[in-house]
Amino acid sequence: MTALAIAPRADTLWLFGALLRRDARVVRRELPFFLVRTTLQPLLVVFVFGFLLPRMGFMRGGYLGALLPGVLAISITLSSVMSVAFPMIVEFGVTGEIEDRLLAPIAMEYVALAKVVSGVAQGLISALVLLPIARLIMGPIEGLTVSHVGLILLLTILGAAAFSTFGLWLGTTVNPQQIGTMFGVFLTPLIFFGCAYYPWQGLSVVPVLKYLVLVNPLVYVAEGMRAALTPGLPHMPVGAVVFALVVITGAFWVMGMRTFRRRALG
Amino acid sequence: MPSIETHALRKVYQPPPARGMKKNAPAATAVVALDALDLEVTDGEFFGLLGPNGAGKTTTIGILTTRVIATSGTALVDGIDVTRDAVAVRRKMGVVPQRPNPDRQLRVLENLVFHAAYFGIPARVAAPRATALLEQFGIAEKADVKVDTLSGGQQQRLMIVRALIHEPRVLFLDEPTVGLDPQARRDLWGILREQHHQGRAIVMTTHYMEEADQLCERVAIVDRGQLLAVDTPAALKKRAPGGTLIEMTVDGDAAFLAEAGRSLPGVLRAEAAGDVARVYAERGGETVASLVRAAEQHGRAVTDIHLAPPSLETLFISLTGRKLQ
Repeated sequence: MTALAIAPRADTLWLFGALLRRDARVVRRELPFFLVRTTLQPLLVVFVFGFLLPRMGFMRGGYLGALLPGVLAISITLSSVMSVAFPMIVEFGVTGEIEDRLLAPIAMEYVALAKVVSGVAQGLISALVLLPIARLIMGPIEGLTVSHVGLILLLTILGAAAFSTFGLWLGTTVNPQQIGTMFGVFLTPLIFFGCAYYPWQGLSVVPVLKYLVLVNPLVYVAEGMRAALTPGLPHMPVGAVVFALVVITGAFWVMGMRTFRRRALG
Repeated sequence: MPSIETHALRKVYQPPPARGMKKNAPAATAVVALDALDLEVTDGEFFGLLGPNGAGKTTTIGILTTRVIATSGTALVDGIDVTRDAVAVRRKMGVVPQRPNPDRQLRVLENLVFHAAYFGIPARVAAPRATALLEQFGIAEKADVKVDTLSGGQQQRLMIVRALIHEPRVLFLDEPTVGLDPQARRDLWGILREQHHQGRAIVMTTHYMEEADQLCERVAIVDRGQLLAVDTPAALKKRAPGGTLIEMTVDGDAAFLAEAGRSLPGVLRAEAAGDVARVYAERGGETVASLVRAAEQHGRAVTDIHLAPPSLETLFISLTGRKLQ
């Protein structure tokens, strides 16, 4: 048996880095497709509601300030959910190709964590791409400020983390045959009842709904983005948003890790 | 020092809990995949697990490679408990799965370089090594293609290269030649022999008895989760009931044939299972003629005759009353 020229690295951090580098390689190769998948729908919404309708005179200008943060939130959540859930469904499914990582000498929590971290990164990327394009399409937006960069970044990361861990749970729970249903049943209502197209305060018109939607993680991302981008408009307090997103991330991590372990171990 | 040890290894698969509409369906029962399995593989040994489908071979490999949690019992690889320190165990082994499962998002060479990286080997060390292995395995020209474009045999070779890229102490292969054409199978045998000559321990499951016979230093015969026999192929073949196995099928109950067989000279053993009689005889030809006559006297037509020289297969049949495949 020939020996390796150098002793292999055994530190967990280096191996974890290898798992992340693998995802980075795949994402870089797939970037155009990834961006189309995650930003096309939000950009079309921006075009119809933020460009066409105001010019037709159906929309008052103030709406744009509520819409932009919401659309940004949708893009972050879509890309984070998809970039974790899809690979989980496929790699745990028929092909079983996640095995080459499950055989790595590293605790399997890190394999799941690497997927979540890469999901957060992909959420960040789509936010960075979407925000300037949406602003260009919509034109000047009353009350929009990008001066709270730190807060925007924090909320993007927290929102992406909440939805990446959600994707971890979803992707290890759903069968490959159920992908279509998953989108119809989970993601569509999630988006429409996510306070992305309207501010949460506005739901006072239907008080029951106002409290029901609080189970929807998207609500906190959208409201948080409003607090950061259009602080002059009504929005939830930042503290509540941060608290909710941290709790949601923790809960989905625990649930996702439980189903991940069940799928990984016979 | 033994490379692999298992003691009273047991695995029971619990049925999934009944849900919703299926409440009234008959309750699924638990499946005992492994029942008190004791194995010992020495360092550098080429060890085979031989048995039919469902014998518990894949479960055994699953437990040893930390992918399946045993219900009870212990399993040690290089002295390390697979449940207590799975990470340390994984560092020592390479695994070739039953069905090729390369990372389809990565190209061929990338599959190897990243797999090496998961084992702590930087790309500058892994890349030349991967290239050399691809060369040796005859798929060097495929280094930069998508893995989906590889043939089944090529994917299988890629899986073996992947299992070897980090220089494991033990190589596990689960039914590695299923689905390969005869030439690819012989190529694979050559590769495995060479790996073994280099001092690597190899644990392989198979349900092809000639494969176990040709490659393995020792073979464990397993069936229904239990170890039936373990020894060198030569010693096992000696344990097979002597002589030729005559399997004769008639158009009815074959019990009379076994009885007739037992009274014939040179017959070592005879038994019947349904319409098949199995007779182990020192002189195959003469015994066949006598058995055919016996069938005629009973008014039974012989529908099939099969003769097999003493082999792991005949031993397996004598131990279980069933065929390997």
